[in-house]
Amino acid sequence: MKNQNNEVPVFFLTPIIKLGNSGIEFLNELGRIGIFMYHSFVHIFSLPVQIPKIIEQIYFIGRKSVFIICLTGFFTGMVLGLQAYYALVQFGAVGMLGSGVANTLIREMGPVLSAFMVIARGGSAIAAEIGIMRISEQIDALETMEIDPIRFLVSPKLAASIICFPILTTIFDFMGIFGAYISGVKLLGVNAGIFLFRVHESIDMLDITGGYIKSVVFAVIVSVICCYQGYYTHIRKDGFGAKGVSNSTTSAVVQSCIIILIADYVITSFLM
Amino acid sequence: MAKPFIRFENVYKSFGDNHVMKGVSFSIFEGEVSTIIGKSGVGKSVLLKHIIDLMQNDSGTIYYDGKPFSDMTTQDRKKMKRKFSYMFQGTALFDSMSIYDNIALPLRETTRFSRNKIKELVDEKMDQLELFEHSDSYPSQISGGMKKRVALARALITNPEVVLFDEPTTGLDPIRRNAVHNMISEYQKKFGFTCIIVSHEIPDVFYISQRIAMLDEGKIVFEGTPSDIQQQDNPAINNFISGGAS
Repeated sequence: MKNQNNEVPVFFLTPIIKLGNSGIEFLNELGRIGIFMYHSFVHIFSLPVQIPKIIEQIYFIGRKSVFIICLTGFFTGMVLGLQAYYALVQFGAVGMLGSGVANTLIREMGPVLSAFMVIARGGSAIAAEIGIMRISEQIDALETMEIDPIRFLVSPKLAASIICFPILTTIFDFMGIFGAYISGVKLLGVNAGIFLFRVHESIDMLDITGGYIKSVVFAVIVSVICCYQGYYTHIRKDGFGAKGVSNSTTSAVVQSCIIILIADYVITSFLM
Repeated sequence: MAKPFIRFENVYKSFGDNHVMKGVSFSIFEGEVSTIIGKSGVGKSVLLKHIIDLMQNDSGTIYYDGKPFSDMTTQDRKKMKRKFSYMFQGTALFDSMSIYDNIALPLRETTRFSRNKIKELVDEKMDQLELFEHSDSYPSQISGGMKKRVALARALITNPEVVLFDEPTTGLDPIRRNAVHNMISEYQKKFGFTCIIVSHEIPDVFYISQRIAMLDEGKIVFEGTPSDIQQQDNPAINNFISGGAS
């Protein structure tokens, strides 16, 4: 539909312009994340390697998450054991309880739930910390001192996450299997020998490797997204100052969780 | 006469519809104390951030040592920026680090000095600025005036060639304000660095500055010596430096 001057009316073009702008904005953000991730990764190895800072972050991201990982792993295992028992008992296959629980935990739930727990405990804190540093000009101060803020703030967190996530996932898996053992064997009376035999028999190296691949990928996703959201708090359009930091923290948690679930599906489909 | 070390030529900067710099042109001379004055919110800090590349101009050219900044390679820019130090208006101290660590950070991250050498330099600076007894405190535990002195110590710890001060004495009592001004002047004479100050402290800054630039409505409306500005006929300038008393 064109007017007398053979021009398309503006109200027809507005949605298309908006869509185009959103697309450009999305691609810009994607590019920015890509460059941010590249710099964060490269600076892990730039000399001198920041060993004390990496150790400090391992303590914050890893050591401080152990208790919550043990707790969630244990109760997730207990619930799995309970649910799987009542499903399997209908087919007279309670002996398969150990197999089902171990596979579910090691392949899927261990890496995903560990990542969620670290996001909740550490990821949100990282986004808020970097966001506050941004709005109080502390990151600008680093730049004026010729200290690369990404090297100084982000790379140690990324390195620590890559080290900690597989370890936390392993702890989660062990605690989950232990929880399932308690609920299945001690509370519901499944034979302990059969349970442990099935756990041992059903796990092969591919499952364990797959779980570790996922945990490393999730480590990169969580640390990069949480740091990125904090680092670019000042260019947010939905809030400035404290509100901007609050929105950055929310975005960091929501985006990390969603991208982890998408990545989980993609990695699983490649590993199957 | 000193040669212009930094030169702004027709520099424009806008934030949306807010046009902060509308063709700013002026020079900073090597080894001098230059002070940028102007009303609050006129864009003095924005101008200062352009000097150290924390903000980028929309158009116009900024020259360093005769070379346009936009034509410099990344390495040249890094080399040039290493000569600068900046003291932020809001101090920008690292709130999770102690006072000692705040001052020591630039040395730890950008030099290969030993731990003892860093301690020696930091202790010397803290002594000069009467900060010794607070070395283990955190920025949130000290007063606003003391934060300013910590920021000043951090800005001077690397012995930079150019130091930018964004309102270094705001919030200080008259005695400490004079002490900071004297210290800036004394250090500048001792080390010969180029000093760029953004300040409201009139006439105090006239005593320590060799050159004054006044920013008003997005342009430099005056550039010259402190005695020149006091003999101006321009009512806007007179009104500003006399605090509206004339």
